[in-house]
Amino acid sequence: MKRSTIEIIVGILIILGLVVFALATGGDSEWGGADGGAEDMISETGYEPWFESPLWAPPSGEVESLLFALQAAIGTGVACLIFGYWLGQSKRKDEKEA
Amino acid sequence: MHIMEGYLPMEWCIVWFVLSIPFIIVGLWQMKKLIDKDQKVLPLMAVCGAFVFVLSALKIPSVTGSCSHPTGTGLSASFFGPFVTAVLGTIVLIFQALLLAHGGLTTLGANAFSMAIFGPLVAWGVFVALRKAGLGLGLCVGVTAAVANLVTYTVTSFQLALAFPIDGSIVAAFTAFGTIFAVTQIPLAIIEGIICALVAKFIVRVKPEILKSLGIIEDAEIAKIQGEAA
Repeated sequence: MKRSTIEIIVGILIILGLVVFALATGGDSEWGGADGGAEDMISETGYEPWFESPLWAPPSGEVESLLFALQAAIGTGVACLIFGYWLGQSKRKDEKEA
Repeated sequence: MHIMEGYLPMEWCIVWFVLSIPFIIVGLWQMKKLIDKDQKVLPLMAVCGAFVFVLSALKIPSVTGSCSHPTGTGLSASFFGPFVTAVLGTIVLIFQALLLAHGGLTTLGANAFSMAIFGPLVAWGVFVALRKAGLGLGLCVGVTAAVANLVTYTVTSFQLALAFPIDGSIVAAFTAFGTIFAVTQIPLAIIEGIICALVAKFIVRVKPEILKSLGIIEDAEIAKIQGEAA
């Protein structure tokens, strides 16, 4: 097998391993966000936020997850479009040289 | 690392804005200079920005039983340095503050300083040092991405500690906020490092000339990395 393929497989396995290990050892944790954890700690001191978002807040967790998925989709779309373009260019270059 | 809207006293909001704005201005100027010199860097810049978009949208469960997200700034910090990264990271933070109610406009300066500026700045220093030491590009980008991630969350803990000392002690507050983030962040830093290392090597295989023109890599290493895929 090519070295590059092995690197990608090993990389993906380590990533999956880390996430699965976290989920398996986490027991009945709440899996809340660490950002939220810090927010709670501040709220406990009695601090009140002095400013609220002037636009809007996503009305529910579902809408929020939609927007996060959209963010990831935009990023992936742009990256893959460019990767595909580069890949095509480098293939064409190889063919010319061959 | 997102400090939520309104969760930082006004004077600290101003401090972090004042510290962040110069980096963003220099970053915009550097971006313009790079693009004027060679339009071919534009797609690479877009890819780096896209990775900040993707990785900072993924909330990943970690060993502490809570979730957090990578920052995605390592690729950009490695290839373009901290100033251009400041611009790319801030764009993502504005998107999240306006549309996702994640982070905020008042805390934008503070969040930009941690995620888009100081994390990438330290990481870029690490990248330059490791490259000088002659280490391979994949390894260097991987370590850089992990450092950017960890430093970002350290800065956030520090920012919160400055604004909310516990019984007057900034150190105690830093430890408390750091505990929420630090352990959670270590596995995520490793994940981010692996992804960025693999992507960097992929870019060397398909489009090495841009990295070469940026002075990131020489012909000998390009040939070696391309050989691994043959």
